[in-house]
Amino acid sequence: MIKFENVGLRYGLGTEVLSDLTFQIAPNSFQFLTGPSGAGKTSLLRLMLLSLRPTRGIVRVFNREASSILPRQMPLVRRKIGVVFQDFRLLDHLTTYENVALPLIVRGRAESNFRKDVTDLLDWVGLGDRMHVLPPVLSGGEKQRAAIARALIDKPDVLLADEPTGNVDPPLARRLLRLFIELHRSGTSVVIATHDLGLMDQFNARRLVLNQGRLQIYD
Amino acid sequence: MTKTKPNRTPAAAGGKRKPQLARPKPLRSGRNIVPQESIAGSALVLVIAIMTFLACLALGAVTMINDTASKWQSDISREVTIQIRPFDDVEMEQAIRQASRIALSFDGVSKVTALDDAATARLLEPWLGSGLDIKELPVPRLLTIEIAEGARPDFASMHTRLENEVPGASLDDHRAWVDRLTTMALTMVAVGTSIFVLVMTATVMTVIFATRGAMSGNREIVEVLHFVGADSRFISREFQRHFLRLGLKGGLSGAFAAIVLFVGLGIWSSNSLATPQGDQVAALFGTFSLGWFGFSGILMVMILVAFLTAATCRLTVRHQVNGLQNYRLVR
Ligand SMILES: Nc1ncnc2c1ncn2[C@@H]1O[C@H](COP(=O)(O)OP(=O)(O)O)[C@@H](O)[C@H]1O
Ligand SMILES: [Mg+2]
Repeated sequence: MIKFENVGLRYGLGTEVLSDLTFQIAPNSFQFLTGPSGAGKTSLLRLMLLSLRPTRGIVRVFNREASSILPRQMPLVRRKIGVVFQDFRLLDHLTTYENVALPLIVRGRAESNFRKDVTDLLDWVGLGDRMHVLPPVLSGGEKQRAAIARALIDKPDVLLADEPTGNVDPPLARRLLRLFIELHRSGTSVVIATHDLGLMDQFNARRLVLNQGRLQIYD
Repeated sequence: MTKTKPNRTPAAAGGKRKPQLARPKPLRSGRNIVPQESIAGSALVLVIAIMTFLACLALGAVTMINDTASKWQSDISREVTIQIRPFDDVEMEQAIRQASRIALSFDGVSKVTALDDAATARLLEPWLGSGLDIKELPVPRLLTIEIAEGARPDFASMHTRLENEVPGASLDDHRAWVDRLTTMALTMVAVGTSIFVLVMTATVMTVIFATRGAMSGNREIVEVLHFVGADSRFISREFQRHFLRLGLKGGLSGAFAAIVLFVGLGIWSSNSLATPQGDQVAALFGTFSLGWFGFSGILMVMILVAFLTAATCRLTVRHQVNGLQNYRLVR
């Protein structure tokens, strides 16, 4: 699905934030991406999302070298990758419902076809009664759940989540983790960046550990 | 990629459901993905309205100057007179006939009318009193020449021939006056046109920069739309629709204000036309009537401004989206 070969990244003229990364995200796999704050988890997710270009090495997604993807093909690649940003990136002028439905709207789906899916998912993440509320009114945890729901709604092939349980209490974190596991069981590859050891202890999965720019993999 | 019906939310697999709540509010379909009310949007409408107003004013002013100037020229240059001063040994009636013949022999002269004795006497009545016999007085006689619409007879050679062949005759074609007026009118038209061009340039640039400014506030939205899978066409369509509306709103208000102003001035000037000031104003500026040309010009300015807003928005969005889509451009 996603394959890195000797990938290195530096910002500007600084030292390499990430060095010699060689790994792959297999289809229908589940992994935690972990490491101390500032280790480069967000940067690595952005490299996988193709919103950042490595300074060296090769990134492949869906068996294609990233640099060979034409601009007009990029939206189709994006549609196969669900992403939960650390800062949520909800659109403040749209309701929670509309934010979650956004991936389907931009794909040109008719609302009558997706309404039930969206409301079901919102109910499941516990936002059933916050559907018509604008994001600025939501709490941090609610925004997080809305952002997760938006990433899941079109059942992506790969889900990249950046600290998706950073703003919620442990019971809800467990619930969200179950959601990701469920998604993984239904065929999606899941990458969860987190520094929450408690969360990782709840599910035995592959761990990608970043430390000082290097990656160690514990299968 | 093709996906089967996305009826596979994890909800189906686990977790307790909340009881279905009654949902009185209709769920919006997300038609307005671009925020409709924003400070940047209102500011853009205002800027567009003001610039459209100024451009329309400049256009209207140029149109009026143009009309007035060409009216001056045609009015005055169509008023040509021959004056024949009496000489002792010249038979006046014959001199008049000869002058008429000479004048009529030129292309573009459609009619020559001699003021007959009675008309001349009427003309002189305020000075010489009524009941005088014009034949006994050495009064110069006037011939008015009518010139066909748009024609410019060769007044210079008419002048020479009259002076050579008819003693005491002189041609007054107001040439110096017309020349001066023409120069002045042309200068005014040139100045007006330059001002219009400058205002239009400023309008175009202001609209472009203001639209780009308003768009930069929407960058975050463009990015989110891109990351949830929207393609370039979808994103630019959404923004373009919104910005075309803003452009039309601003353009319409500006053009409307300008038209109200011109119509108001027109009514005012025709009401005060009877007064001496009104006459002066009318003589100098024409009658504040925009005419067909002025109104269609204002319409064009408005359409141009709205189109420009939408086009700038489209280009800006394309540029932003391309920065996200094109892996080579990604940092
Ligand atoms: N846009 C950027 N420009 C410059 N440096 C950055 C940028 N983003 C992240 N960094 C640096 O890269 C390193 C890794 O950051 P990040 O990927 O956010 O780590 P994490 O998500 O693990 O906390 C940090 O030292 C951070 O300062
Ligand atoms: Mg981070």
